[in-house]
This record gives sequence, C-alpha cells and structure tokens, in this order.
Amino acid sequence: MIDAIPAPFIVVSVGLAAVMAFIGANALVLVYLERKIAGFIQRRPGPYEVGPQGILQPVADGLKLVGKQLFTPKGADGVLYWLAPMISIAPTLVCFLVIPFGPRLQIINSNVGLILILAFTGVNVLALCIAGWSSQNKYALLGAARDISQSVAYEIPLLLSVLPIVFITGSLNLFDIASSQGPWPWQWYGAYQPVAFVIFFICALAETNRNPFDLPEAESELTAGFHTEYSGMGFGMFFLAEYAYMVVASCLTAILFLGGFQGPVASGWWWFLAKVYLLLLLIIWIRWTYPRVRFDQLLNICWKWLIPLAVLNLLGTLLVIAL
Amino acid sequence: MMVKKFRDTLTGLWSLLVGLKVTAVNFVRPEVTVHYPRQTVPSLEGYRGHIELVPSQDDPFKSKCIVCMTCVRMCPTSCISVAGSKPKKKTAGKDQAADADSGDTPKAQKAKPELESFVVDFTYCSLCGLCVQNCPTGALRFSTDVYLAGFSRQDFVFDLLGRLQSQAEHKEQ
Repeated sequence: MIDAIPAPFIVVSVGLAAVMAFIGANALVLVYLERKIAGFIQRRPGPYEVGPQGILQPVADGLKLVGKQLFTPKGADGVLYWLAPMISIAPTLVCFLVIPFGPRLQIINSNVGLILILAFTGVNVLALCIAGWSSQNKYALLGAARDISQSVAYEIPLLLSVLPIVFITGSLNLFDIASSQGPWPWQWYGAYQPVAFVIFFICALAETNRNPFDLPEAESELTAGFHTEYSGMGFGMFFLAEYAYMVVASCLTAILFLGGFQGPVASGWWWFLAKVYLLLLLIIWIRWTYPRVRFDQLLNICWKWLIPLAVLNLLGTLLVIAL
Repeated sequence: MMVKKFRDTLTGLWSLLVGLKVTAVNFVRPEVTVHYPRQTVPSLEGYRGHIELVPSQDDPFKSKCIVCMTCVRMCPTSCISVAGSKPKKKTAGKDQAADADSGDTPKAQKAKPELESFVVDFTYCSLCGLCVQNCPTGALRFSTDVYLAGFSRQDFVFDLLGRLQSQAEHKEQ
C-alpha cells in the first residue's frame, strides 16, 4: 500500500502539514508579541485579561474570527472576492517548503529555491489586486492600486540586492547559500554586503506591507485598504498571510545575510529560529517607532536611493569578483 | 547642493536610529496606566465630573444652597430640579403685602428656606458650568469623581443632597 504512493508525495504532504502548523503557531506568537511590544512601547500593559498576562488573547482573537459570518458585500464579485484571501495565503506554504531551517531540516532541497520564493511571494500582489478590485469599494481599490505600484517599485531593488549574494556563491540553492557562510558573524554575507543587506531588509518591509510602508492598508486614510470589506476568516486569511510573509522575509534575510542555520559553537535550527525571531522583533519594533511615509516619499526612496545604490553595489561586487 | 542633500540624508538616517532608541527606552520603563477594574485612580484634581453641592462651613451635613433657583433657571437643558421648604410666612407676607406692613413679614423673610432635595439628571447635562458660575453662594462645584459607569439611565439621576449627607457621614466615620 505504502509502496504505491511515491515518496516525494508523502514528503511534501507531511511537509505541508508541518508548514501549516508552523504558520499558525507563528501567527499566534507574533500577534501576542506585536500587541505586547506595542503596549510596552506606549507604556501600557497590552493584552492582559485572557489568560495569565493575556497569553491566550491571540487564541480568543482567532476563535472570534473563525466564528464570524462569511459575508459578501452587495455588488462584489463573489468568486474573485473569496478567491483573493486563498491566493494570498497559498503561496506562503510553498515558500516554506524550500527554506533550510537546519542542516537536516529542509523539506525540499531545490536548486532554484531562491527564485521559487521570490516568484511565489510575488503572487501576493495579485491576491491584493483581486481583493481590491472585487470588493466594490473605493478604499479597497485605492489600496490595491497602491500595493501594485509599491510592489512593482520595490521588487527591483530587492532582486538587485539578492544578486550579489548569488554571484558570490554561484548558486540559487538556499541550502548551499546558507552552508557556504561561516559560523561567526564576520563570515556572514551581511558583513561582506552591508549595503545589500540594508536594501534587502527595507525592501522586505515594503514587500510585506509593514510599517512604515503599509500604505495599501493605511487605516487613517483608507479605512483598511484592500481588506476593508473583509470580515471573519476572509480577513483572517489576509492577516495570517501577512504574518507568514513576514516570517518568509525574515527567513530569507537570515539565510542570505546572517548565515542561516550557521552560528557560533553549535550550528542548528535553533540558531536559525533565533535569527528569524530577532529580525521579526526588529520589524515589530520598527512598526511602533516610525510614522507611515507618504506615497511620493515611498516611491522616491525606492527610485532615487535604493535602486541606484543597489545597482552601484552590484557593479562593485561584480568588479571585485571579476578581479 | 549635492552635499546638502547627502548631509540631509545622513541626518535623516541618524534620526531613524534615535527614534528606535526612544521607543526602546520607553519599552523598558514602567507602565503609566492602571488595570481599571482591579485598580482605580483617586479623584483627579481639576476633573470636571457632574456637579455636586458644597457643604456649608459650620455643618457638613447641610449645603450652602439658599434655594434661589438661579441654577434651575440658568440650566440650558433643565436637568436640575431643586425643592426647598420656604417658610410659610414669607408667601403669606407677599399675599398680605398689599394690606399692610405686618410686623411678622420682615421676621419671616429672615428665616432661610431649607433645601429639601437637589436632583440633577446627568444624562441631559452638558457640563457647561453655568450653574456653578452663577450660584450666588458658591454652593455648587464640579465633582472629581472619574468613575461614572452605570447600568441604567436611573443611575445617572443624582440626588446631590443625599450624596452630600452620605459623604459627610463617611467623613465622620
């Protein structure tokens, strides 16, 4: 019986289940961290009532979202409207399949892992576009339009800042990129490529629609942007996807620039998780520190600073490699 | 021109780090809020709660109110209702004023009217303060009670005289 099922199929199925559990657990932890950190930075307790120190608050939030009625607004395109959250969350599952969590902890060791992640995270733009278009709501449409121009602009420096790493390692395999770095911080690519590191991190913030680049869902201007009309699990899936993309972006930053699972003394998945969570904490910290940029500022940062800097950095790297 | 732009950019980038430091410092500082149902704040100085009666100096159970009804007439939303026992002879004196100046009348006017009830319907009050401003004896002031939650409309119809007396009793104990 078990022989009839091809082995890769079993690996991928089990892997997908594990990834779903990982995404769910991460979302719970991150929601709690986000709200607690926001509270402490604003010198209030944050979630406090549900469970000790409010630790069950994300569970309560999730249950509330699951329990809500699924509602399609009048005049909305029903099929596209409900397809959008699914298109948003689905690619994240694929992204986690190729991420090397540890030396032995990777579901699929793909030779094009980096391209796969960059390609599949790009699908999120389509989901947001569909959500904004099908909601029959002007705020949603504006949010979607903003998201598209933002994503189109920031994909360029993102790719340009990944290229130096690819040229240094000569590989698109994430496992190879991680294992080609040494265990100590000065052996990581972040030390060789600080400019690319900073540009990549800024672009990752913009691509995941996090503050200070969260214009597609700027609540003070667009109510909630592209997910204005969504409630219940429609909103829940967008929310889950946003956190999942945050984790993907942090994983990718950790692999490309911070040595992945390599770390001083004992390399392993614990180093990887520690780095990913440090980056996530940094993202949350940034969110509660900076105000949102204006849209012209957003595009100016990208076209006038990040892209030229990324091109210069790439050319410099190529020169050094060629010599 | 170019130099200035780059310098501006550098100071801008530096300000980002300063911002991160500000939030980090506040992150480790103690909270400034209180956990409401378990902790409460004492009455706040300068807080404009509903109006309350000022106790008279010699008797804390009695108000300074002289039942002149200025506050009742002043109130734009008519949320104050005052009742007092005016000495009978005063009204009688008015009726008989046309007849003659009887010897009782000046004596009766000297007797102060006694405040019997002072009720304010806080659901209509807009906290404009006209009653407090115009009270000739300064018998009204804003309370500093912050916690004004209730379960029914009736909870916001305050019997201020009863409140004054219970507060005085509380203080004596």
